[in-house]
Amino acid sequence: MKLNSKIPSGPIQDKWDNHKFSIKLVNPANKRKYNIIVVGSGLAGGSAAASLGELGYNVKCFCYQDSPRRAHSIAAQGGINAAKNYPNDGDSIYRLFYDTVKGGDFRAREANVYRLAQVSNNIIDQCVAQGVPFAREYGGLLDNRSFGGAQVSRTFYARGQTGQQLLLGAYSALNRQIAAGTVQMYNRHEMLDLVVEDGRAVGIIVRDMVTGEVERHAADAVLLGTGGYANAYFLSTNAAGCNVTAAYRAYLKGAGFANPCYTQIHPTCIPVHGDQQSKLTLMSESLRNDGRVWVPKSKTISEKIINGQMHPSEVAEEDRDYYLERKYPSFGNLAPRDISSRSAKEACDDGRGIAHNAGHNGVFLDFAASIDRLGQPKIEERYGNLFEMYERITGENAYKTPMQIYPALHYTMGGLWVDYNLMTTIPGCYALGECNFSDHGANRLGASALMQGLADGYFVIPFTLADYLAGTVGLANAGRTATDTEAFNEAEDAVKSKTNKLLSVNGKQTARSFHKKLGQIMWEYAGMARNEEGLKKAIELIPQLREEFWSDVRVPGENGELNQELERAGRVADFLEFGELLCRDALDRKESCGGHFREESQTEEGEAKRDDENFCNASVWEYKGPKEAPVKHTEELTFEYCKLAVRSYK
Amino acid sequence: MKLTLKVWRQKNSNSEGKLVAYDLDGISPDSSFLEMLDILNETLIERGEEPVAFDHDCREGICGMCSLVINGIPHGHERQTTVCQLHMRHFKDGQTVTIEPWRSKPLPVIKDLIVDRTALEKIQQAGGFVSISTGGVPDANATPIPKQVADVAMDAAACIGCGACVAACKNASAMLFMSAKVSQLNRLPQGKVEKDRRVLAMVKTHDELGFGNCTNFGECQAVCPKGITLDHIAKLNRDYAVASFKNIFGGVK
Ligand code: FES
Repeated sequence: MKLNSKIPSGPIQDKWDNHKFSIKLVNPANKRKYNIIVVGSGLAGGSAAASLGELGYNVKCFCYQDSPRRAHSIAAQGGINAAKNYPNDGDSIYRLFYDTVKGGDFRAREANVYRLAQVSNNIIDQCVAQGVPFAREYGGLLDNRSFGGAQVSRTFYARGQTGQQLLLGAYSALNRQIAAGTVQMYNRHEMLDLVVEDGRAVGIIVRDMVTGEVERHAADAVLLGTGGYANAYFLSTNAAGCNVTAAYRAYLKGAGFANPCYTQIHPTCIPVHGDQQSKLTLMSESLRNDGRVWVPKSKTISEKIINGQMHPSEVAEEDRDYYLERKYPSFGNLAPRDISSRSAKEACDDGRGIAHNAGHNGVFLDFAASIDRLGQPKIEERYGNLFEMYERITGENAYKTPMQIYPALHYTMGGLWVDYNLMTTIPGCYALGECNFSDHGANRLGASALMQGLADGYFVIPFTLADYLAGTVGLANAGRTATDTEAFNEAEDAVKSKTNKLLSVNGKQTARSFHKKLGQIMWEYAGMARNEEGLKKAIELIPQLREEFWSDVRVPGENGELNQELERAGRVADFLEFGELLCRDALDRKESCGGHFREESQTEEGEAKRDDENFCNASVWEYKGPKEAPVKHTEELTFEYCKLAVRSYK
Repeated sequence: MKLTLKVWRQKNSNSEGKLVAYDLDGISPDSSFLEMLDILNETLIERGEEPVAFDHDCREGICGMCSLVINGIPHGHERQTTVCQLHMRHFKDGQTVTIEPWRSKPLPVIKDLIVDRTALEKIQQAGGFVSISTGGVPDANATPIPKQVADVAMDAAACIGCGACVAACKNASAMLFMSAKVSQLNRLPQGKVEKDRRVLAMVKTHDELGFGNCTNFGECQAVCPKGITLDHIAKLNRDYAVASFKNIFGGVK
């Protein structure tokens, strides 16, 4: 596997412009001759499909939900960053670039991040033009807020539903193209394999989730915008259907998978209520602007609170440990996500958690002081919908009793390795948005996921794809439709035999119960803190679980019908393989960085310690076969503009 | 908690369906309604029966995928709550709960509790967009928009497209759903430009797809999990009247 990142030469400010000038274009009249497949309809996939359709390409777009509007981008609450500097508070493209590289703990590619910051401004213009109702000031101009610990106000938002509004914007653009006939939409279709022929991606195999029919689709290029893999942990803030199958299948077909161990654990989620839990819900990070995080200083008080013998408000000030304010005085409750999450875990591991669940895993997020200072109406105005949501889920009124929060798996920075053009190591196969590894390094900053998804789909892929189409594919071969080839036969046979195998095991345990067991292993050994012993244990346990799965899973029903258990079992089967890859990567990366915390690599104060000497790189895994261990390649990262520094938030 | 569930079971769109009763025990009041259904399904699979098919995804009330009629009410009895956000503490121990799919001609059942909402997609495709392409747009702050206007547009834009409004309407009208998009776009300067053709195209498609007329009962507003109000239907009606009037004179292309 060759990793050529194709970073353009020249000063960082000019790289993208130079690149756009030097790559090949497809003549407007010829665009309709090319067939493009887009898998996924979230911010990345949806915006890509719409933009490519507008340009005139022939696009087929696939999603597993019943409408492209339901992709999980819709659930993002907080906002989207851009370097507009409307508030005149010192922001710039360069600062957004710098913050993102530093926030990612110096494990992202500088050139990509700079481009992201550059196009961030176009995204806001685009969304406003689509009719996205961003929050506005009384003067009619756009409102900005500071988010996730940023020192400038660069976050645009639409109430607590920014992801929804941006996705509906992309969805409206997509609808326009569906109506115009440039995009054919395939709802309730799940991609089950990538077809690679002569070393190039030429199509996909999908299952029509209503009829069970397995279909072949050919194209000149395949774009994956299929999201992240947080559901490998079973409990996460991802939607129930989010899965790694498309990306993992691409990996099996030769796409390098980069940094799978980079996972983001979000500090402000509602704690687990019990073992009937199916997913976790995130409470927007903006709450940390006015809420104070604490646990009691002593275990005895924690116990009293859990047993209902004491109300949290009765705990005296001197008996409370506002641990973030104590440990990180300058950032306090706004310390970055990875740091806040780990601190919560430490407090709970210390026996001072206050939640009702098995490990008492939960800490307080207390608004009493802000309510005293600003009055309840102000807090209601700022966070009313979040308090309502909290009450709906927990049955508790957070104006009276402090909220309980605990970290949960939320986002995954790792993903398919891509070059500067967003192409994976399989020519013709691209990865966009959360599905790729490129921009967030080892930790993503708040309000940057939406930015990246839309940057990739609206402003990067429309240019970079043309280079491949005009260069490698060529006009003479444009418009691939043939699916009667050996590569398609093989891929379809493989999909069908996997399905048959799943249906024929006829064991005793449900796919869901296996997913849950996998999640427990992942959370225990590859969660917020990882160590060699634990990871080795996981690498031993997961294959055992996988074996058990294939000999004892029960998948009811048939293939030729809508069969949700079959869908689930297929996804769980892939998670059971992917989970192991994640653990291998975590074991291999002996340093701590961003969301990846190796207990062996910490400072005396217990902070993450990077090892730039050995790990200033991206680990890219190559699949070698079912019995072989994957092979690691590395892309060295160089930091010409952002000086490698210790990420300190003290 | 102990419950008796009466669940609509239907093999596929061509077969007849019926309510089937199941007893379920050991449900935590902290579980969500869908978590309760997960447990039902786990039990069914273990017993060698087919699990109940139902749509869901985000499970946090925003994707619009979940779509159950509970004891006769789309999304159940809690106001402004999707069924995925509905928790079992709002039910009584020993209660009988009837669970059915959306019932409405334009949204036919595919299997058990899953319906086909393609018709809602078609309404959006008819005009639920601003006709601009990627790139070449003005600076985001080039056109100031009064805060009140942006706020009302946001109220409308909060629609999650679940279709509960259609399910609740005895005429199977999708007016609330459609009005949410029309009201959002037609009030913003960006969307105003093509407000006439938008409303005409969307209403035409709505009617062609077999959705009924609005007769102002307000059932839709009562079940909407996002609190979309009839005011948006009023806005749609006004815009439609204006556009139709202009159209008589051939003004809308
Ligand atoms: S599952 Fe997404 S709104 Fe209910």
